[in-house]
Amino acid sequence: MPPLDKAAAPPLAALLTAGEQEVARILQICNACRYCEGFCAVFPAMTRRLEFGKADTHYLANLCHNCGACLHACQYAPPHEFMVNVPQAMAKTRVQTYADFAWPPAFGQLYKRAGLTVALALAGCLALFLTLAAAMSGGLTRAVAGGNFYAVFPHNFLALVFGLAFLYAIFALGVAVAKFWRQISPQMTADPRDRPAARAARAPAAAEAAMNVATMKYLDGGHGEGCNDEDDRFTLARRRFHHFTLYGFLLCFAATSVATLYHYVFGLQAPYAWTSLPVLLGVVGGLGLIVGPAGLLWLNLRRHPMQGDPEQHGMDRGFIALLLLTSLTGFAVLVLRETSAMPVLLAVHLGVVMALFLTLPYGKFAHGVFRAAALLKFAIEKRLANRLALGGD
Amino acid sequence: MSKEPDVLVIGGGNAALCAALMAREAGASVLLLESAPREWRGGNSMHVRNLRCMHDAPQDVLVDAYPEEEYWQDLLKVTGGLTDERLARIAIRHSSRCRPWMMRHGVRFQPPLSGALHVARTNAFFMGGGKALVNAYYRSAQNLGVAVRYDTPVKSLELDAGRFVAAITESGERIAARSCVLACGGFESNIAWQREAWGQNERGEWPVDNFLIRGTRYNQGVLLKFMLDAGADSIGDPTQAHCVAIDARAPLYDGGICTRIDCVSLGVVVNREARRFYDEGEDFWPKRYAIWGRLVAQQPGQTAWSIIDQKAIGRFMPPVFEGTKAQSLEELAGKIGLDVSAFMATLAAYNAACRPGTFDHTALDDCRTEGLEPAKTHWALPIDRAPFYAFQLKPGITFTYLGMKCDETAAVRFGGAPSPNLFAAGEMMAGNVLGKGYTAGVGMSIGTAFGRIAGVNAARCVGRNHPEFEKEFAFAAAR
Repeated sequence: MPPLDKAAAPPLAALLTAGEQEVARILQICNACRYCEGFCAVFPAMTRRLEFGKADTHYLANLCHNCGACLHACQYAPPHEFMVNVPQAMAKTRVQTYADFAWPPAFGQLYKRAGLTVALALAGCLALFLTLAAAMSGGLTRAVAGGNFYAVFPHNFLALVFGLAFLYAIFALGVAVAKFWRQISPQMTADPRDRPAARAARAPAAAEAAMNVATMKYLDGGHGEGCNDEDDRFTLARRRFHHFTLYGFLLCFAATSVATLYHYVFGLQAPYAWTSLPVLLGVVGGLGLIVGPAGLLWLNLRRHPMQGDPEQHGMDRGFIALLLLTSLTGFAVLVLRETSAMPVLLAVHLGVVMALFLTLPYGKFAHGVFRAAALLKFAIEKRLANRLALGGD
Repeated sequence: MSKEPDVLVIGGGNAALCAALMAREAGASVLLLESAPREWRGGNSMHVRNLRCMHDAPQDVLVDAYPEEEYWQDLLKVTGGLTDERLARIAIRHSSRCRPWMMRHGVRFQPPLSGALHVARTNAFFMGGGKALVNAYYRSAQNLGVAVRYDTPVKSLELDAGRFVAAITESGERIAARSCVLACGGFESNIAWQREAWGQNERGEWPVDNFLIRGTRYNQGVLLKFMLDAGADSIGDPTQAHCVAIDARAPLYDGGICTRIDCVSLGVVVNREARRFYDEGEDFWPKRYAIWGRLVAQQPGQTAWSIIDQKAIGRFMPPVFEGTKAQSLEELAGKIGLDVSAFMATLAAYNAACRPGTFDHTALDDCRTEGLEPAKTHWALPIDRAPFYAFQLKPGITFTYLGMKCDETAAVRFGGAPSPNLFAAGEMMAGNVLGKGYTAGVGMSIGTAFGRIAGVNAARCVGRNHPEFEKEFAFAAAR
């Protein structure tokens, strides 16, 4: 295939990275074919464009859910000389956008070694909390009466440290996704005629995007039978395991939030009974966070090597491992809270959670945030007039 | 499969898979031989887009109605009468009832693609295209216990007075079966045969040397040739092929849909001598693209250039390759290697002949030339706004028409007598219905109908009756 000829006007291609150029090259082929329009949002979004600049590649790469349907259906996939592999090109550009928009910018490098980042964060946080536990409570193996966590770490200390870490993660991700949004959204209202429609679209688009995130609609393959994994067979497993993971994570977060309310508002101190709301939420959420990540890991290990970017296995599996460790160590603390193992287990659990929080803005978690932004843009954009008036083929 | 299968299916595309699935559903043991390796399986079916469907009322992805008579008239028109009405009507009626069966085997349909709304009423689009359909059928075949062998081209058959006995593979293996369906395509990929069919032109050129094959590289026509040599009754003109003008940079094989050039009607087309040779605005492009392959094939060097200006951008389906771009017409002529003064004279004459009108590329508008030969009768706007673009065209062969004459049982015939256990489907017999011409999705209608019929009949002749097809077929045959 000859190089893109963009001799006149701004040399668009020259500004694109190799990964972005590959997305643009492939989408030019897809745009001339369009057989995959029914699978997901990427292809309908593509048909609104005739060429693919940097912002378009960023937007479409993050709109892609790596479901794999278009790879297995593609008449131009390898070994065809056009070498069209949409999910792989999208995945490579996607991780590049996470790095490009990371805050602080220098930390974007962490995405390139995301597996190592997770491992180092985990080791560091484990060492930190084990040392702190030993220092603050005078020993790691002594029995603590009534499973009282706060005899190991004072409540205010935990609330402060984890509150700060969490706020940092939210802030860093917020800055990153805001930069991403600013880069992909101006072209949406470049035409002044679109501005009233874009304003009117905000609320319904936000509702639609929220629904698409909540249900992970685009893991359904367009026909409701799910995405591909090891071959051209469709399965809903990936969508279901994502549901387990997302809602497990949210329930665990709710458990912590309710416990914080109990503590500060109602003066109710942990440990809470098995039948209490924080424990019930935590148990159900924790189970979700075992089933979901375990299933995702299983699928990730079996995935067809052409679907997605194998170089990102470290990032994918590192994040999955942290989620799984979070839930497993959480259960260990709960079950063994009356034994002398509790201080060590608690320190390990807190170390894992801290590593999870600190790596949220520099690992796989980013995909949820960037994807949600791309889905919002898609939901707005589809409500605007399509100014292309292409004749039939 | 250790023991001899009941039904041997030779071929691995849509018709072959339909036959294999039907025979298996009827309870026969089935072995399918695909000449291609797994990654190239499916023949031309991996490039198809939709199924032309008769329907009397809206059906899921199909709007309005497309009654039998209208479908038949469309077919009659494109074939110029080169069709067998009985077989054509079977394929047409079958298309109105077959989609639930296709869906049971995993084929999924999607609303018409953007850019293909002109067939929203008549054609049901496969979600993901033909390769997704082929994948679904192979999955279903595997689930039902159809044995599949890839990389197994068959070189000849062992016949006994019109009865199928065994297939002999390229590697010399003999595979016997009680009945057989041949569905392994035409000969469009066989350049030597094409060369022979098209011959040498009056300029001494071998036109085929400049042709591209839009589909699979595996349709070498080996068994078609074997069968015709063995005395099977033939149908269709051996020198004819469906041929469209595609981007000259397309690969020799498997360029598929995306290499089409859809801007012809928005500009002018000049040949190697920089002369126009046909009315680019004769009719809507979807109704005209199929004649341009032959038109280009008749030009010196079997090539031509579609020339447009800035005004056309955004009015046609995006091309897969960027056009050659220039800021002036002189520069464009230089870049594409045409004689600049001849090119400028052609463009000047065209621009001067354009009469003012109201441009509308969604209608047969009143923008036309006056006093120009050949005229451009619609969408004739002067080519005068930079940048200018050129797309070089070459003829692209989609499929060949030569096949085996069949009756409604899909049985291969020798001297008018049907074989008791040898059937044909797909491109190998599509010429019975489609003697020439083409209309979108009709190949899949024929392939699906006669693939299923061939599979049912191949199973029947080994004593296996398909449980449901009788009723469905009675509708197709009797209405």
